[in-house]
Amino acid sequence: MKVSVRVNGHDMTADVEDRMLLVHFLRDVAGLTATNVGCDTTSCGACTVLLDGESVKSCTVLAAQADGRAVTTVEGLAGNGEMHPVQRAFHEQHGLQCGFCTPGMVMAIVSLLRENPHPTEEQVRAGLEGNLCRCTGYHNIVRAALAAAEVAS
Amino acid sequence: MSILGTRVIRTEDPRLLTVGGVYVDDLRAPELEGAARLTFVRSTMAHALITGIDASEALREPGVAAVLTAGDMDDLPPPPPESEGGGEGGPVPVGGPWSEPLLAADRVRFVGEPIAVVITDGGYQGEDAAELVSVDYEPLPAVVGARAAVAGESLLFPGTSSNVPVSRVPDSVDDSPFAGCDVVVEQDIVNQRVACLPMESRATAAAYVNGKLTIWHSSQNAQLCRLILAGALGMAPDQMRVIVPDVGGGFGAKVGIDRDAIIVAWACKHTGRALRWAETRSENLVGMTQGRAQLHRVKIGGNRDGRILAYRLDVIQDTGAYPRTGGFLPGLTCLMAPGVYDLPEVQTSFRVAVTNATPVHAYRGAGRPEATAAIERAVDLFAAEIGMDPAEVRRRNFVAPDKFPFATKTGALYDSGEYGAALDKVLAAAGYGELRAEQKRRREHGGPRQLGIGVSTYVEITAADAGAGESAKLVVADDGTATVYTGSSAHGQGHHTAWAMLVQDELGIPMDKVTVIHGDTDLIPDGVGTYASRSLQLGGSAVHKAAIEVKDEGRHQAAEMLEAAEADIVLDTDTGLWQVRGDPDTALTWAQVAGHASGGTLIADVRFSADRPTFPFGAHVAVVEVDTETGKVTLLRHVTVDDAGPVLNPVLAEGQRHGGIAQGAAQALLEEVLYDADGNPLTSTLADYAAITATELPSFELVSSETPTTLNPLGVKGIGEAGTIGSTPAIQNAVVDAVAHLGVRHIDMPATPERVWAAIEEARAQ
Ligand code: FES
Ligand code: FES
Repeated sequence: MKVSVRVNGHDMTADVEDRMLLVHFLRDVAGLTATNVGCDTTSCGACTVLLDGESVKSCTVLAAQADGRAVTTVEGLAGNGEMHPVQRAFHEQHGLQCGFCTPGMVMAIVSLLRENPHPTEEQVRAGLEGNLCRCTGYHNIVRAALAAAEVAS
Repeated sequence: MSILGTRVIRTEDPRLLTVGGVYVDDLRAPELEGAARLTFVRSTMAHALITGIDASEALREPGVAAVLTAGDMDDLPPPPPESEGGGEGGPVPVGGPWSEPLLAADRVRFVGEPIAVVITDGGYQGEDAAELVSVDYEPLPAVVGARAAVAGESLLFPGTSSNVPVSRVPDSVDDSPFAGCDVVVEQDIVNQRVACLPMESRATAAAYVNGKLTIWHSSQNAQLCRLILAGALGMAPDQMRVIVPDVGGGFGAKVGIDRDAIIVAWACKHTGRALRWAETRSENLVGMTQGRAQLHRVKIGGNRDGRILAYRLDVIQDTGAYPRTGGFLPGLTCLMAPGVYDLPEVQTSFRVAVTNATPVHAYRGAGRPEATAAIERAVDLFAAEIGMDPAEVRRRNFVAPDKFPFATKTGALYDSGEYGAALDKVLAAAGYGELRAEQKRRREHGGPRQLGIGVSTYVEITAADAGAGESAKLVVADDGTATVYTGSSAHGQGHHTAWAMLVQDELGIPMDKVTVIHGDTDLIPDGVGTYASRSLQLGGSAVHKAAIEVKDEGRHQAAEMLEAAEADIVLDTDTGLWQVRGDPDTALTWAQVAGHASGGTLIADVRFSADRPTFPFGAHVAVVEVDTETGKVTLLRHVTVDDAGPVLNPVLAEGQRHGGIAQGAAQALLEEVLYDADGNPLTSTLADYAAITATELPSFELVSSETPTTLNPLGVKGIGEAGTIGSTPAIQNAVVDAVAHLGVRHIDMPATPERVWAAIEEARAQ
C-alpha cells in the first residue's frame, strides 16, 4: 500500500507492506537509522518518536497509521546546526554512554517537557518508565531532563 | 595544567545525539546492499532428541533462498578435544563430549538453541518462513536448576557420567577451624540467574569484500572474534576481517563472538551471499548468554568480640546447557571469596553443573559480584548473630592498610587498599548514625514503613589477565593531527574522549586533533579488547606509553631541526610547541616536527602489559524502605565510595559507577530469569523480564576516593564493574535489615514484594 509521511519536514511517499511498522518505515524507507528497535513487546522505548508532536513507540504504530501525518525523529531535532536543548543537556550531563537508548530517550524527554515544562525529579522518573537504559543507571538522564527544563525556563 | 583528572564532556556524543550511532543493523555499507536476512529456527524444547527437520513448506514461500541445517555443515573443522576448561585464567569451553555444536544436529539442550537458519530476501519473510520449518522432537527429561543437575538423574551429554564437567572440591572437609568459634552461622544463598540485556541485542552482518570474509559484529573485541571465527570455520585469520561498529552495550555478554554469529559467518561463506542478522529481544532473552546463576552455601565462624576466624564458601555454578567458560566464573568467585577481610581460615569449593537452560557467561563483574554477595551477606548474618553493628564487625576484620601487598588465603595478591577509610567515608556521607536513629524511631513507632540500612564493603579483581596487556599505535602526521589505533574496544565507556585526553596531556596536541580508531582487524590486527575493567589500566597505559615514545622521537627530530642537543629540547604541553630551553623564539609545531621525520609521520606501536591484576575496592550504603504489610521495597538512597585509583575523567568514571550501581540494584530488587519445571523460559520477553527502570531508582550519591596502584604508569585500576559488585549486597543487606527486628534473618534475591512478605510472615509465625 502507498503511504505518505512527513518525516522531519520532508514528505516521503512509498509503497510498503500493509504490516510495515513505522519504525521500519523510518529506518528502511526513509533511511533514518537513529531510531532503534530494542524489543518486540513495546517495553523499551528505544523507538520513541513524535507523531504529530506526541511521543509514540514507533514499533507499535503501523506505517499506514502515520499516513498523512508528521513524524519527528532525533535527526530532525537540531535546527541550523544547533542541538536542541535536550540534546545539549544530554551532552553536558553525560546522559548517554553506548547511545542506543538515546534517540528514544531524547524524544521521550522532549515530549515530557512539552507536557510538563517544570517537572520534579520524581515526575521525570515516572515519565521515563517506558524507556530502558542499561548503561547510565538513569542518573544522568534524569539530570539532563532537569537541566533542559531549567534552560527552557 | 594537565587535562587529566578534569571534567571533560565526551567527544563521542554529538554524533550519537544528532544522527545516532551506527550499530550493526544500521550499516548501509555498499557491500551489504541487497544482503539477505538470516533468521534462526530455534528449539522450542528444553531437552529433546531431534528426529526430523522438514523445511519443504518454508522453501516454497516466496523470497526464501535457503534453509540450512547441521547437515549442511560439512565444511567445518572437528570440535576441540576435551580440556580442563578455564579456571581463573580465563574462559575456555570444556570441549570433548561437552562440545557445543553450531547448529544443533541430533539433540537440543535449551529453549532457544539454534537448529536451522532461513535465508530470505528481506522484509518480514524470515520470521514467517522460520515458523514453517517443522522440527520433530522426542522429548527428554529436562534438568532444571543446578541442584537437579548435580543429582544427575538425567544426563545432558552422552558419553559422560555426570552433569558436572568441572569441579574443584577438596577430598575431605576440615571443620576444625570452626570448632573453636563462639558462634558459627550457616546459610544457603541463591545468586540468581539474570539477563545481561544490553539495549542493542546481538547483530551480525557478513559479506565477501575483496576476497576477504568480512564480518561486522556487535562485540567487545574484534580481534578475539577473528580468532574464534578462524578456529570455528577452519580459516586463516588473515582471510578474514572483523569490524566492530558502534555497540549498544555489552556487559560481558558480547565478549568475543558466540555460536549464533559464527553461524552467520559460516552461512555467508557457505552460500557466498551477503547476510544480515539482528535478533529480536525475545530471541536475545533466550539466546544471549546470561549471568550469575550460582548457589552458595556459606559458613562463617568467629568470636563475640566481632573477630571472624573462619569462612567457607561452596559454590554450584549453573552453567546452562554448555560449559562455555569451564570453571572460569566460580573460579573467580572462589579466588575473591574472602573479600576485604583478613581471615585466618578460608575454604572454598566449586562445582560447575550443566542444565537445560541458556548458557551462562560473564556479566558485569563475572564471578566477583557473587563472591562479594556471599561474604557480605555472611558477615551480616554473623553480625546479627552476635548482636554487633555490621559496620563495626567489618572494621574489626579488614585487611590493615600496612599489610599491602596482601596475599589472601585463596591465592590473590591485593595491590593496595584503604578499606577502613572507605567505610568511614561512606558512613559519614550517608549519615549512618542518624539513619540508625531514624530506624530506631520507626521500629519503636511500629508502623508498616520500616527503614533498612545496608552496608557492603568490597574488593574486586580487575584486568585479571593483566599479562595479556593491550596494544596502542599512535601516529602523528605532518598536519599536526594524531591518530590512536587501540586494541581496546569502546562500547559506551568513552574511550575516544579518554584516549584523546591522554594524548593531549603527554604531547600537547589538542583533543580535537586526535582521532581514535578501534574495532577493525585490518587496521588493528593485534588487540585484546574491553572486558574485566581492563581498558584504562592496560589500553590507556599503552596509549600513554606510545605517546612517550612519540615524544622521544619528536625530541630527536626537533633537536636536528633546531641544531641543539636533545637534552636542551623541551615540549610545552600547553601549546604543543617544541623549543630550545630558554629560547622561546625557537618554536616548532608537531606538524613541522612530524614533517621532518621520514615519511612525514611519527609512529609508535606498543603494547603495555602489567605484572599483575589490580584490586579496586569500596564501600556502599543502601537505604531502603520496606512496607511490612505488602513486602514492597523502595530504594531511597544509595551512597558509594568506589576507589579505583586516580580518576582520568570524573565524568566518565561517575557514569560507570552509576550504570554499575543500577545493574547491581536490579539484581538485588527485581531481575531474575525463570524457567518452569519443563525448562521453558518464563521471562523471555521484556514484558516478562523485570528490567529495572528509572522509577525504581534514586539519584546516587557518590563519594570520591583515589588510592593509586603501582602496577601501571597512570596508577589506575578498573571502574567498570565496581558499582555492580558493591551495590547488590548493600541493597540485599538493607532489605534484610529493615525487617530484622521482626525476626527475619535472610531473604534471597530479588527482593520482590512476594518474597519479602513471605519472609516476614514466616518469621512472625515462628
Ligand atoms: S522497540 Fe519499541 S518499545 Fe522497544
Ligand atoms: S546509553 Fe546505553 S542503553 Fe542507554
